Amino acid sequence: MGNVIGIGASPKRKEDQRFLTGRGNYVSDIKRPGMTAGVFVRSPHGHAVLRGIDKSAALASPGVIAVLTGEDAAADKLGSLPCGWGISDANGVPMKEPPFPMLAQGKVRFVGDMVAFVVAETPEQANEAAELLKVDYEVLPSVVGVLEAVRPGAPQLFDDVPNNICCDWELGDKAAVETAFRKAAHVAKLSLVNNRLIGNPMEPRAAIAEYEPGTDRFTLWTTSQFPHVVRFLMGALVLNIPQHKLRVVAPDVGGGFGVKQFHYGEEAVITWAAKRVMRPIKWVASRSEGYVSDRHGRDHVTEAELALDETGKFLAFRVNTLANMGGYLSTFGPNIPTNLYAPLLGGVYTTPAIYCNVKVVFTNTVPVDAYRGAGRPEATFVLERMVDVAASEMGIDRVEIRRRNMIPKEAYPYQTPVLVQYDSGDPMGCLDGALIAADVKNFGIRKAASASKGKFRGLGYSTYVEACGLAPSRFAGRLGARGGLYESATVRVHPTGQVTVMIGTHNHGQGHETTFAQIVSEKLGVSFEDVDIVYGDTDRVQFGMGTYGSRSLVVGGAALSKATDKVIVKGKKIAAHLLEASEVDIQFEAGKFSVAGTDRIKTFEEIAGAAYVPHNYPLEVLEPGLEEQAYYDPVNFTYPGGCHIAEVEVDPETGTVTLVNYTAVDDVGTVINPMIVEGQLHGGIVQGVGQALFENAVYDESSGQLLSGSLMDYCMPRADHMPMMKVSTHSTLCTHTPMGVKGCGEVGTIGSPAAVINAVVDALSHLGVTHVDMPATPNRIWRLLQNASLPVAAE
Amino acid sequence: MKPFAYHQPSQIPDAAKLLTSIEDSKLVAGGMTLIPTLKQRLANPPALVDLSKLGNLKGITDDGATITIGAMTPHAVVAASKLVQSKIPGLAVLASMIGDPAVRSRGTIGGSVANNDPAADYPAGVLGLGATIVTSTREIAADKFFLGLFETALEVSEIITAIRFPVPLKAGYAKFKAPASRYALVGVFVAKFADGVRVAVTGAGSGVFRVPPMEAALSGNFDPTAVAAIKIDTDGLTSDIHAEADYRAHLVTVMAKRAVDAALS
Repeated sequence: MGNVIGIGASPKRKEDQRFLTGRGNYVSDIKRPGMTAGVFVRSPHGHAVLRGIDKSAALASPGVIAVLTGEDAAADKLGSLPCGWGISDANGVPMKEPPFPMLAQGKVRFVGDMVAFVVAETPEQANEAAELLKVDYEVLPSVVGVLEAVRPGAPQLFDDVPNNICCDWELGDKAAVETAFRKAAHVAKLSLVNNRLIGNPMEPRAAIAEYEPGTDRFTLWTTSQFPHVVRFLMGALVLNIPQHKLRVVAPDVGGGFGVKQFHYGEEAVITWAAKRVMRPIKWVASRSEGYVSDRHGRDHVTEAELALDETGKFLAFRVNTLANMGGYLSTFGPNIPTNLYAPLLGGVYTTPAIYCNVKVVFTNTVPVDAYRGAGRPEATFVLERMVDVAASEMGIDRVEIRRRNMIPKEAYPYQTPVLVQYDSGDPMGCLDGALIAADVKNFGIRKAASASKGKFRGLGYSTYVEACGLAPSRFAGRLGARGGLYESATVRVHPTGQVTVMIGTHNHGQGHETTFAQIVSEKLGVSFEDVDIVYGDTDRVQFGMGTYGSRSLVVGGAALSKATDKVIVKGKKIAAHLLEASEVDIQFEAGKFSVAGTDRIKTFEEIAGAAYVPHNYPLEVLEPGLEEQAYYDPVNFTYPGGCHIAEVEVDPETGTVTLVNYTAVDDVGTVINPMIVEGQLHGGIVQGVGQALFENAVYDESSGQLLSGSLMDYCMPRADHMPMMKVSTHSTLCTHTPMGVKGCGEVGTIGSPAAVINAVVDALSHLGVTHVDMPATPNRIWRLLQNASLPVAAE
Repeated sequence: MKPFAYHQPSQIPDAAKLLTSIEDSKLVAGGMTLIPTLKQRLANPPALVDLSKLGNLKGITDDGATITIGAMTPHAVVAASKLVQSKIPGLAVLASMIGDPAVRSRGTIGGSVANNDPAADYPAGVLGLGATIVTSTREIAADKFFLGLFETALEVSEIITAIRFPVPLKAGYAKFKAPASRYALVGVFVAKFADGVRVAVTGAGSGVFRVPPMEAALSGNFDPTAVAAIKIDTDGLTSDIHAEADYRAHLVTVMAKRAVDAALS
C-alpha cells in the first residue's frame, strides 16, 4: 500500500521543502488586518530605581496609539511571570521567589529589563516614540558575577533576599561523602567556571497578539517551543484569561535551543495591550534586543573534589556550585542548576557517595534558564574534567581510570546515589568503539607530526551520560515541578486512509514532521506522504507540554505510538465485523487486516472508509470514525550517553586552538531516522565546541552592561571551525519507552565541552598546564603559556 | 532607521556641494559600516549622498610604477584582479580577507579608507605601501591621512576618488582575525621597496600605525628572524574582551614575522 518509509530509514525531511524554498510561515511573516507595531523600552542600566516615567512626549509623537508601563499593569492587577519549578533548601525551606513583573515596577534589575511598551501605527513611529520616553532612573551599583553577589556588602537585588541567595540547595549523603574522603588514598581538586552562553537561534523572538471582541477571544502568535504551556502560564497565572478564550499559535519557528521554551513577559504584555488598543500588535525583536532579553544559559562557578583509593577507584565526589539566575526567576530557572545537574554527577561511574551543594544566586544580568543540555553539560564538564585531573595526579592513564570506574553493561539497571536509576547502557562499548573510530592508537604519530610544525597536539575524552525525555511527572513533582511533563498525540485517520497527527510537541528544526511520519507509516502501513504532523496551535492540538529536554520522540513519540496502537485495535474490531471473523483472529501487518490462516483481507483504506460510512458496521458496540488519542507519562527519564573524543592542535605562537578531529559514539536507543540523528549530533557537538572554544557572555562588572552584545563580539561557532566529524551510534534499547528510544537532541552539547577542554589540557600538559577555563580563546591560551612552568621555545 | 534624504549625484562637484550645504550629511559608498549604523539608529544623518552614480570611480589601472584603484572598487574585485595579484599580491590577499563574501561584494576601498576603522584591513595596506589618497581636491600621502580612531585628513566636502599604490619589490599581509567579527585583532602589512621597508599595523590600537624598529630591522635583513625579537610597547594598544594589550603586542610581532614570510613566499 504505497510508499511505506518506516523506522530506520533516512528519507529527506518533509519540512525542508518549504524551509529551503522560502515558503516557511514564521511569526514575522504573518500580517493581520489593521496591525500595529509594538516596541519595548528596555533598561539601559544593570540596576536602578525606577523613579518615574513621563509618557507625554512619547504619547504626542506621530502615530502613537499607546504607551504602557508597569504601573498600568499593576493597575490592571496583572500577575507576575510564574516560575514553573519550586525548589527548597536542605531544611525544606522554599526558595526565595520575588515577583517578576512583566514590565518593571519600582526597580530595574538587568540591562534589557522591560520598562515600557509603545504601540504605534508603524515600527518606525514606535521606535521614534520609544526614544522620547522619559524614564527617571536612580542608578545603583550592579553585581553580575556569582562570587561577588554573595559577598558581604554586595549590591542587593531584592530587599527580602539576603546575600542575593535564592536557595541554598543540596543533594546526596554529605556524611557518607565526608567519611569516604577521610579514607581516601588520594583527593583530587578542581575549581572551574562554566561560561555563560547566549543561545542565538537564527530567528529572533517575535509575537503578534489580537483580540476579537465578537467572541471575546485572544490569539497570540509567538516564537515558542511550547504554546500550550504559554497558554496555561499566561492565561491562568498572568492575564486571567480563561483557557478557552485564548489561542496560542507557534507556527514555523527558526530554532529554539531552549531560548524559546519559556513564558516571556513580551508575550503577556502584547496580549494585554492588544485588547487595550483593540487592534492586532506585532513585535519582532532585533538581534541586539535578543542578546539582552533571550534567557541566557550555564554560568556556574564550581569547586569539586574527588576521593579515590590507591587503585584509582572513585570513593566519593563532592561538588559546590554557585549558579547564576540573573535578575529574576525564569520559567525553569532554579530547576536547571539543581535537579538537572546534581543527579548527573554520578556519570557512567560507580562512585558510591556523592554530595552536591548549589547556591542559586540573583545577579544584575539577564535571567538564566535552560539552554540545550541545561544542567547536564555543566555536570558532565565538572565530572569529566575531574576524572582527567585525578588520572593525571595519580599517574593513571585517562582511559584506564575510566574503565576501572565504569558501570559494566551487566550492572544495568543501575541505581546511582543521586536519585536517578539508569535503565540501560553500555559505556564501555561506546568507549571501545570510539577508541577505534578516533584511531587513538596512531595518535602518537599525529602528535609527532604536529610537533615537527611547532604545534602541540592533544586528545581528550568524555565518557558521559545524561538524563532526558523530560519527564516522569510524579518524580518531577517530588523535585518541585509545578506542572506535568507527559505528552499527547491524536491520530486522525481520514475516510480515504490518509492520516493527520496532532501532537503536543513543537518542531523548530528537529525534523518531527519526518520522524513522526515514519513512525505512523511503519505502524499503520500507510504511505509516508500520506501522513501530516500538526503541532504548535492550541486550537488544533488537544494539549501538550512542548519540545525541550530531548523529550519529543521519547515522550511525544511514545504518545503517538500508543495512539497508533489504539487505531489498530479499533481497526481490528471493524475488520472482524467486515470479515465475519472473531476479533482475536484478526492480524494487522503491512497495512492489511487479515483473518489468520486465510486469504481474507481488508486494507487499511477499506477499514477507514467503513469507519466513516458505517452502513455495514457494528454500530451497537462500536462508534463510527477512526481517530484515537493517547497521553503518555514516562515512568523514568531516559539515559543516552556515549564517548566523545576530541583532538586539537594548539599554535603556541598565537594560542589558537584548532579542532582537528572529532569522534562521537553515542547510545541514543532506537534510531528512527539515522540522518536526522546524525544531524542532531552534529549540531549539538558544534554548540558544545562553541562553548568550549568561542562563546562567552561577558558583563561589565560595575555597570552591568553586556559587553558581548552582538554577533561582532559574541563568537558563534562556524562551519570552518569544525573538522569533518565521525559520528556513530552504539545503542542499547531503553527498557521503558515504547520503541526503545532515548532521545538525541542534547547529547552533542553535553558530551563535547569536556572532550574539547580535556584535549586542550592534554596538548599543554607537558608545560604543567592542568586546567583551562572555557572558552579556550587564543588570548587565554597564550596567557597560560606565558605563565606555564616551562618557557615556550621561540621559533 | 530614521528618515533621511537620499541624493545620487552624477558629478563630483554636485556631491561636494551637497556635503557642504547639508550639515551632517554622509557619503555612502558600499555602506557596509554606515547602513548597519543607521539601522541601529546610532547615526541620524539628514541626508545620504550616494557615490554609486559618479563616473570613473571604479576599476584598477596599471600606471607602471604604480597601480591606481578607483575609490568605488569593491574588495572582491581587488582580490580577484590579475593585475593586483601579479604586481602587489599582498594587497590582493588583504582584500580577500575582508569580512565575508557579501561584504567583499559591496564594500569599497574608498569607503574603508575614509571610514578608518581601527581594525579595518585596508588602512594597513595603504599605510604599509605608502599609497597616495587621491581626492576630489588634492592628493594626500598615507602618512598624513590616517589621524586615529575613525579620523582622517579629509575635509567635509572632500571625496576620495582613487588610491594610488606604488608597486613594491615584495609585500605581504598577515592577519589574526578577531574570532567573532573577523576584523583584524592584529593585522600587519609589510612592504619592501628599493629605499627601505614599511611596516603598518591595524587592529592593535586606536588607528593604523607604523613600527619604525621593525622597518629598520627589515631594511637591513628582509627575513622573519629580523623582527622575531622586536617587542612592541603596550602603551596605546587596545585592551578589550577579545584581547588584552600585551597579547595584541605579542601578536604584532608574530604577525609581522608571518607577513614577511608571506612576502617572501
